[in-house]
Amino acid sequence: MIRIEPFGAEALMLTLADTPKERLPGRIAQLADNLSQALGDALIDLVPGWTTLLIHYDVMQYSLSEIQARVMPVIEDWHQESDDLERVARLHEIPVWYAGPDLESVAKACSLAVEQVIDLHSRREYRVGAIGFAPGFPYLGELDERLVLPRLASPRVRVEAGSVAIAERQTAIYPQASPGGWHVLGFSAWRLFDPQAEPPCPLAAGDRVRFIAVDEATYRAEGGQAAWD
Amino acid sequence: MGLKIIKPGPLSLLQDPGRFGWRHLGVSVSGPIDLQAAAWANHLLDNRWEAPLLEIALGGVELEAEVDTWLALTGAPMGALLDGRPVPAWSRFSIKAGQTLKLGFAQSGQRAYLAVCGGITATPILGSVATHRRDGLGGLQHNGQPLKAGDHLPCIAAPDAFDQTRGAAGRFIPDYREAPRVRLIIGGDGERFGPEQQARFFENTWHVQPQSDRMGIRLSGKVPLVPPTRQWSLGVLAGTVQVPPQGQPIVLMADCQTMGGYPVLGFVHPLDLGRLAQCPAHHAVHFIPAELGTVQAELRQFYSFFKNHALGLCPSQEGSLV
Repeated sequence: MIRIEPFGAEALMLTLADTPKERLPGRIAQLADNLSQALGDALIDLVPGWTTLLIHYDVMQYSLSEIQARVMPVIEDWHQESDDLERVARLHEIPVWYAGPDLESVAKACSLAVEQVIDLHSRREYRVGAIGFAPGFPYLGELDERLVLPRLASPRVRVEAGSVAIAERQTAIYPQASPGGWHVLGFSAWRLFDPQAEPPCPLAAGDRVRFIAVDEATYRAEGGQAAWD
Repeated sequence: MGLKIIKPGPLSLLQDPGRFGWRHLGVSVSGPIDLQAAAWANHLLDNRWEAPLLEIALGGVELEAEVDTWLALTGAPMGALLDGRPVPAWSRFSIKAGQTLKLGFAQSGQRAYLAVCGGITATPILGSVATHRRDGLGGLQHNGQPLKAGDHLPCIAAPDAFDQTRGAAGRFIPDYREAPRVRLIIGGDGERFGPEQQARFFENTWHVQPQSDRMGIRLSGKVPLVPPTRQWSLGVLAGTVQVPPQGQPIVLMADCQTMGGYPVLGFVHPLDLGRLAQCPAHHAVHFIPAELGTVQAELRQFYSFFKNHALGLCPSQEGSLV
């Protein structure tokens, strides 16, 4: 069931499903492309979530009823398309040095061996459901059920840049050092946000991601700088 | 050449309307936390709506002009002195090379805006010079840092831009000592809060918590709200009222994140956010319901007044600073 509702005076929220589904991020990315064509410069920002798409629009060009009238047919066309019609999803293979500070506590909490945690985390292909929280921070899903844990009871003051972490059914990479409440399994040397690069973020909502376990030497050779006590 | 910063104050930030078009990558919009006061400062100088200006939190700024130009100061009154003589509030005034402008501390409100004829020149990053400290974007050095002593705010010389001072009409100048009545559109998860929680929100007297900042104004009330649950994070924007499980609302402000996971009660009128931003810690705030159609009409009126105004009396920034 699709819902369209105002989200404040300058945005429209589309809710496209009740719960996330495997192909939905790619489908939402496709809808975002269609909408940005249809709305032109009246569109200010389009923010995909796992089940939603937030349209920030220019109130000088469209009132609520006008923007709804523009958006409705685009959604109807999109809704009738086959599920196969998604934006071409790129696959990113991201090397991870699995040596995070929470690796052992995660293994213990999940009654698994450390090697099993690494295997379960790196075996899967994930989808980028959304990018948010901080510039370039990708929410990836869905995590193997056997690794599902709640967020840390009290967030860490500092999580290293490149930290690969898990919480609930999601995994993510911290683009820069910041406070954080996820369980850190390892580190990636990838730069996830560079305002000077084009595009500034290598990942986009709908993309596919796979983690490749590497050793510390490989991580360091790629420029990884994580250090913690 | 421009304005030389002698004292930067506790938190003075270069701002413009904000960094639009990058929220899908998690980049915050940023921009002035009090849009009206900022828009008036540029308006009084016939600047473009986008002209970069200074947001001064709490005061304590001292600067010296290196060129003859015109400035405008709006927002919180800070007992501004130009070479020791008081500067009229919400007005433009001329400043000559060698003269010093000194701002004391905010007598009411929290933030003042200082605009300069033609705008402050800075290199945009992702389309904007707006300073966002946590994201490390914008500002004079493009790394999100606030102003510091010894900084120069580059601007053009414009000695003859105007022949007289001019101020905003009194009815446009808020009295920041009053407890504001902030208008709110119910939305997001608002329906799921139910009529009882909505009524509690509008009846409560809320107080601004000291840990409020440019990212969010945290409120506390005697009777906390009981929010519904929300499972999946979704896009949010400035003005969104989030209610975490402990029931004390947070109003997202200019530097807010692009996505959030807390239940959303509704949205503050964009033109009331500035008034909320001017409330010091412990200040009382009330909320009253608003209709979306009215809010959109007022926004359109506001944007068309300020965005279409620039008459170009000030020499434009482009071309004259080569």
